[in-house]
Amino acid sequence: MKGKKRPVSARRKIMLSGVLIGIGTMALIDEIIFHQLLQWHHFFDFDTTQFGIFSDGLLNSFALFAIVAGIFLFAHVTRLHTYSRMRWYAGIFMGLGGFQLFDGIVSHKLLRIHQIRYNVDLLPYDIAWITSALLLLAVGAFLWYRTRKNDPPVQGD
Amino acid sequence: MEQHGMEHFHMIQDAALVLVLVMTLGYLMAMRVSGRKFKRWPRHRLFLWVLGLLTAASALAGPLGDAAHENFVAHMYGHLLLGMLAPIFLVYSKPMTLLLRALPAGDARLISRALNSAYGKFITNPFVASILNIGGLYLIYMTDLYVWMHESMLLFIIIHLHVFLAGYLFTISLIYVDVTSHRYAYWYRALALIAALGFHKALSKLIYQSPPPTVPTAEGRTGAMVMYYGGDVVDLILIIILCYHWYKKETPAQGTENKNTKMAKT
Repeated sequence: MKGKKRPVSARRKIMLSGVLIGIGTMALIDEIIFHQLLQWHHFFDFDTTQFGIFSDGLLNSFALFAIVAGIFLFAHVTRLHTYSRMRWYAGIFMGLGGFQLFDGIVSHKLLRIHQIRYNVDLLPYDIAWITSALLLLAVGAFLWYRTRKNDPPVQGD
Repeated sequence: MEQHGMEHFHMIQDAALVLVLVMTLGYLMAMRVSGRKFKRWPRHRLFLWVLGLLTAASALAGPLGDAAHENFVAHMYGHLLLGMLAPIFLVYSKPMTLLLRALPAGDARLISRALNSAYGKFITNPFVASILNIGGLYLIYMTDLYVWMHESMLLFIIIHLHVFLAGYLFTISLIYVDVTSHRYAYWYRALALIAALGFHKALSKLIYQSPPPTVPTAEGRTGAMVMYYGGDVVDLILIIILCYHWYKKETPAQGTENKNTKMAKT
């Protein structure tokens, strides 16, 4: 432990916490809504590449870790540092959008782990999926831009 | 399964229960001996020890153990209990700490030397432990071992022993609750845990794709999904423990001399 800690603004940590929570939350939404409730996504698609099986496993495993780590990191920051709530939100939106974009392009299209829905014309679904990802990323980027302008130039991490 | 195969299986079940009994008695004895030299050993650790042993044994004996012999879904529940959940309970009963306290100083020194040996350091490396654990599972389910296991008693015993011991090794290589020989950084252990869980997920999809030849397809697929989601649940416990340990280490408790304005109330 670093002995005396001054209440510095935790710019990077709070952003990282947001991004981790965003990634984990989108993975959860994907699992709960699209796999379990709507049953649009399938547990396994026999078109999946063998590489896809492994990359998807690692991605989902990372997302599970991310949400837990993000929450503990947030708890850590709130106890030791001052922080900008807005920057945390920015991180969350970027995490949500980033995961969604990766899922929509790499997982669904390149590795064919599973499609958004079966027995329908996929194009509108893919467009909606990727557009929503870009919107979330845009919100995140906008919030981040605003905190950059508002934040006093505090030193710290 | 033919008649004498069943007899052998019942013998294994009985042996598992006897082992639970012997290990519990051993723990109780160690508690007594340690109590003479040190502060009294907390009772809740005994509870965790027995709970862990019973969780492990339930994969072999009792209703689940019986079913696991015939049914792949039950087999997977057994695998989660034996190789993943039981080790977490057992680690929190701190058997190695207790053993070192109970043994005479000379013997305890021998054991701690073994723990600190190059070999001890090697196998408690979280990546090595992950490979022994998850790699072993790939061998069981992606080769004919799963089929042979039900034909040979010896193989059945070896495989179940391996799943349990490798699961235990994996757990102690990630969360440092008991005596630990070599400590690895949090990020390093986190990476190993993410990789291990990722490969565990991938294996369950591969089983879904092609279940072992003796298992009916529908049963194999349900078993694969039990492995996938059950693995999530148990590994979530490990993730929370690991992150909580990081949090406790990096976040000084209240009352230290930092003057935080944003101090959360506890």
